[in-house]
Amino acid sequence: MSGLAVTNLTYAYGSKQALSGVSFHVAQGRFCALLGPNGAGKSTLFNLLTRLFTPHGGQIEVAGHDLARHPRAALGHLGIVFQQTTLDLDLSVQQNLSYFAALHGLAGRKARHRIDAALDRLDMRERAGEKARTLNGGHRRRAEIARSLIHDPAVLLLDEPTVGLDAATRQAITAYAHQLAEDGKTVLWATHLTDEVAVQDDLVILHKSRVLATGDAASIGGEYSLKERFLSLTGAAA
Amino acid sequence: MSPYLTSLRAIVLREALRFVHQRERFVAALVRPLVWLLVFAAGFRAALGLSIIPPYQTYITYETYIVPGLCGMILLFNGMQSSLSLVYDREMGSMKLLLTSPLPRGWLLFCKIVGSTGISILQVYVFLAIAAGFDITIPPMGYVAVLPALLVAGIMLGALGLVLSSFVKQLENFAGVMNFVIFPMFFLSSALYPLWKMAESSTLLHDICALNPFTHAVELIRFALYGQLNLTALAWTVASAAVFTALALWGYAPARSGIGRKR
Repeated sequence: MSGLAVTNLTYAYGSKQALSGVSFHVAQGRFCALLGPNGAGKSTLFNLLTRLFTPHGGQIEVAGHDLARHPRAALGHLGIVFQQTTLDLDLSVQQNLSYFAALHGLAGRKARHRIDAALDRLDMRERAGEKARTLNGGHRRRAEIARSLIHDPAVLLLDEPTVGLDAATRQAITAYAHQLAEDGKTVLWATHLTDEVAVQDDLVILHKSRVLATGDAASIGGEYSLKERFLSLTGAAA
Repeated sequence: MSPYLTSLRAIVLREALRFVHQRERFVAALVRPLVWLLVFAAGFRAALGLSIIPPYQTYITYETYIVPGLCGMILLFNGMQSSLSLVYDREMGSMKLLLTSPLPRGWLLFCKIVGSTGISILQVYVFLAIAAGFDITIPPMGYVAVLPALLVAGIMLGALGLVLSSFVKQLENFAGVMNFVIFPMFFLSSALYPLWKMAESSTLLHDICALNPFTHAVELIRFALYGQLNLTALAWTVASAAVFTALALWGYAPARSGIGRKR
């Protein structure tokens, strides 16, 4: 199955259940928002999806590759933007991206070409020589999104990528991620902000380690606004 | 170029760039062994009588005796320093980039060790050059012969640093590593005194020193500096490197969930 498929995923920190029986599927070319309040299990899910943790049960498929059985193929198709910035602040944007390209086995002209293309897409070309430390929050995020695209991944994971950004930047980055989905990438976007979800998006609502709802945002919201629906779902379950 | 070599080059280059950005660290790492060599050894020379033991063929001064131990000290402290930077990387998140690369995790960690060992070796050569400036010299061929010994010893200590970094969860706990790893390893070794001297004081301490992998790293370097191969020391160092590498791989296995653990 292409896209991203998560089946019956479970994980626990000792006796504390962090994820139980989490299943959802994001089809290729879809933007899926993973909506959940703080502590819902979003970060744990991301750690499992990126193989920083291995699940205690269940299965993850990235672009048709089983993450447990074929981790290298699966990771090769995965682009990741972590919640916390992972740029080396002492290096320039270009150096950061070259380093990442090399970790994916890309070097020389091919890497340069890909890096330039990724920076162009995010309007970051003219900042390539600047040190990451001198960039503002929005530009750091753009650099990280550019970086996550260098190896042309089929599936893109973004873990609360707009935290700490101003409204305009937040909107621009959210719109850009939607554009990527339209261009054929599978995008999973974790957030706790309902206004980042468009009506046509897929939606997974995670709360207290369980999936409360999956489907398209419009039908989950129904006659209510998504915000009201989200609050009533998570409030009622709390 | 194969993806393996590409990643190796990039990781080594990043270590080198980081090192260029932290010149203070380079100076600090040199001051420590130089103080031992030029101050401690000078004061200690009269207190410790050394007999002729291999690989030395004549009586030597105490300064000459501790040079290999201080080369080992540079490797040891740098191994721990790179482990500290790994813990920092993990707290800052950049470790995640390495661990989510599609290349085998063991290879990437090995590249990290090679990078930091390269920097350590550079420091050892600068130290040897300064020592030579103070007339503490070794045979010219020794400067070449010691290179592979430094590489093996550096990889062993780098792997040890990696093991520690996978178990030390927070930067604040690092002072404990100094007290419980670096100092015992350094003092319970042949870096500062020959083992037969230690045996005169305590056979138990002597036995501990003889088991300490750092002793064997120092002896490997000592013999290499005089163009000789100490096979026992080489075997011990390589075996220790293998054990530490295996432990580090286990420590960084995703199933252990050691990375990015909820705090």
